[in-house]
Amino acid sequence: MGRTTTSKDAQALFHSLRSAYVATPANLKIIDLYIIFAVVTAVIQVVYMAIVGSFPFNSFLSGVLSCVGTAVLAVCLRIQVNKENREFKDLPPERAFADFVLCNLVLHLVIMNFLG
Amino acid sequence: MVAKTEKSAVDLLKSPGMTSLFKSLKLKTKQQELLIRVTILFLVYVLAFITRLFSVLRYESMIHEFDPYFNYRVTQFLTQKGFYEFWNWFDSESWYPLGRIVGGTLFPGLMVTAYLIYRTLQFLRFAIHIREVCVLTAPFFASNTTLVAYFFGKELWDSGAGLVAAVLIAICPGYISRSVAGSYDNEGVAIFALLLTFYLFVKAVNTGSLAFALASAFGYFYMVSAWGGYVFIINLIPLYVMVLLITGRYSMRLYVAYNCTYILGMLLAMQIRFVGFQHVQSGEHMAAMGVFFLMQVFYFLDWVKHLLNDPKLFHTFLRITVTCAVGLGAIALGVGTASGYISPWTGRFYSLLDPTYAKDHIPIIASVSEHQPTAWSSFMFDFHILLFLFPAGLYFCFKRLSDATIFIVMYGLTSMYFAGVMVRLILVATPAVCLISAIAVSATIKNLTQLVRAKSKASHSASGKGTISKASSKGSLDQSLPFQRNGAIALLLGAFFLLSRYAIHCTWVTSEAYSSPSIVLAARGAHGNRVIFDDYREAYFWLRQNTPPDAKVMSWWDYGYQITAMGNRTVIVDNNTWNNTHIATVGRAMSSYEDEAYDIMRSLDVDYVLVVFGGVTGYSSDDINKFLWMVRIGGGVFPVIKEPDYLVNGEYRVDKGAAPKMLNCLMYKLSYYRFGEVTTEYGKPPGSQILYLLGMGLSPASTSAYISMVVVKLIFIKNQIWTKS
Repeated sequence: MGRTTTSKDAQALFHSLRSAYVATPANLKIIDLYIIFAVVTAVIQVVYMAIVGSFPFNSFLSGVLSCVGTAVLAVCLRIQVNKENREFKDLPPERAFADFVLCNLVLHLVIMNFLG
Repeated sequence: MVAKTEKSAVDLLKSPGMTSLFKSLKLKTKQQELLIRVTILFLVYVLAFITRLFSVLRYESMIHEFDPYFNYRVTQFLTQKGFYEFWNWFDSESWYPLGRIVGGTLFPGLMVTAYLIYRTLQFLRFAIHIREVCVLTAPFFASNTTLVAYFFGKELWDSGAGLVAAVLIAICPGYISRSVAGSYDNEGVAIFALLLTFYLFVKAVNTGSLAFALASAFGYFYMVSAWGGYVFIINLIPLYVMVLLITGRYSMRLYVAYNCTYILGMLLAMQIRFVGFQHVQSGEHMAAMGVFFLMQVFYFLDWVKHLLNDPKLFHTFLRITVTCAVGLGAIALGVGTASGYISPWTGRFYSLLDPTYAKDHIPIIASVSEHQPTAWSSFMFDFHILLFLFPAGLYFCFKRLSDATIFIVMYGLTSMYFAGVMVRLILVATPAVCLISAIAVSATIKNLTQLVRAKSKASHSASGKGTISKASSKGSLDQSLPFQRNGAIALLLGAFFLLSRYAIHCTWVTSEAYSSPSIVLAARGAHGNRVIFDDYREAYFWLRQNTPPDAKVMSWWDYGYQITAMGNRTVIVDNNTWNNTHIATVGRAMSSYEDEAYDIMRSLDVDYVLVVFGGVTGYSSDDINKFLWMVRIGGGVFPVIKEPDYLVNGEYRVDKGAAPKMLNCLMYKLSYYRFGEVTTEYGKPPGSQILYLLGMGLSPASTSAYISMVVVKLIFIKNQIWTKS
């Protein structure tokens, strides 16, 4: 009895999520794709580290953190560009993108120094 | 409200002279106010610099205390050899025979800052010595801190509070104590970095801008490069985010600010070799990571809630996600801590949470005088009126709660707790106390001046059209309390009196208590003339000129940095105190009988022993005073040294009735060597005073010793066989 209601709930959840997501604008979906790519890359690196071992640790950290960092920055970009967020109504999307590029630049410069 | 108060501030200053000046410059109100603000800030900037120059004017431009000498030596090395050599420097002149990896065990921020200032000045063709740059770095950064305090106050409350905060922090003794000219230590630069990081982070939270979050990450990087106290930032910011989440103030701006700051800040911080991988491995930094993951969960939930638009479905989803997230987090934390991968809190910081920990387990940390708990008198001494303005400011902050005021309240409360645990941390609390007190001062004075101006304002609006009903009703309300205006004027005068007393107190404290170089001592002579004791430097220069270049000097760890910097000789232990066993070996040597000590010193290749003794001048912080700590630290590693052996009935005595082990140990013998031949007071026979106190014979030791005329230092050659008395 309990299992069917939870599975029904889960199905209903899944359907409504899917229909709502289809309605998001295209530019946000592109950013979401980039985020998924970054997170998957990070997961691959962690699995590889679990198999092979974590020496040298700084290289592993820089690899994972570059993926996580760029994913997080992309999420911030998505927040700032999303027209439905009232807090960022006055922020022009070009400025948001410029901030995103600048932060990514700093992130990857530091990563290159840290790779070793 | 803002425009009205601006106008009132300007109206107050509109005496006929000022009015004509402004009229002649043809300035509008906003520009007049800008001119006043810039002038005040400029004067505060100069004031903060000047008030720290007492010791430079009284003595000379030199480096104070102990730790700054190491920093100075490192900076000299950096200017001579360049950055690459500095970053990879292995110093074999300290901690003989172990050496010290300097490049990897220091916080380079201060030295690199001084080096850059030096290079800039050289580029502009100022032929300035690196020592002057080092001496004046701290006052320069104190001035910059006042500017940051102004902007922070402006962000928290308004520009009036910012100005008051700048003034308060410019002269506050709690900050001056570690940033006086000559105090070339990490804190001088670190407090600037701390306040800058906090300001930029609060600005990022308020505006949600990625650029400010990036700037905050750079501020955090500068703080990590400058001082070990960065742990305070990396714990306070997550705590602040947690409080915001709990009080229901989660917002997109908070997400953007925290995540960008955390990831970039963590990456930048790991570039400092001394910090290394601590951000992912040490227990002290795990709070930040935990909050990072929590933020992702919050954002995800928020996004799903927004997508679903259906409360019932969302609740199911919420239940599943929250249980999964909390479970995963707890498992990860448990596995990490249990397997030892996440290291527990180190002794230095654990003793802040449990103040009794250091006394029982780590005597070196307990022995440092700056690490003792704070007395109320220290609080009053360092803060004066800010001590009661602090709760008043807290009240105002709670009245107008926003993301920014919640931050400053948390910063104030946590830093005051830590300031109570350790004297040294009053420094960290000072910016918070100044900012919160500034809010109290600014809000109170603003209300009072409004009351003073309100009556005439109400009469103006009444005599005008009376269209603004609010003003006229306020006017009628004021007129019902006839003495309100007089009371407000009296309170204003009282406030100005308090602030002037604060300024007098701060200047007095700076002049009397915090401007002593502690390497040069001053006293009053027999005829009231001022006598300067420069014995430390004279002794170090004797070492430098009269000993072979590869001589090794053994002394207590307090003097290690100074010996290497000024005496230019290899030392056994120094202030870095990274190797407890090595220090315990020296402690054991100092507290053993002469032949045992000789064997230990032979094994360490020691040529010279340096001992500070203050018996002639009554200098009270000499090695005899510190001797019990040597015993405790030595006894902590070598059980053969037992503290009760040196005490008589639990009492520490150094006269004839002292314990026999005390009378025969190396430290005692060295301190009182040939002391009987020294004249302590005019007209009395040599050594008479001390012989009266001691009544003992002194063991003859080896030849050729250096005894300065005022006997603050004695140095011996040790390669002779000790004769037994």
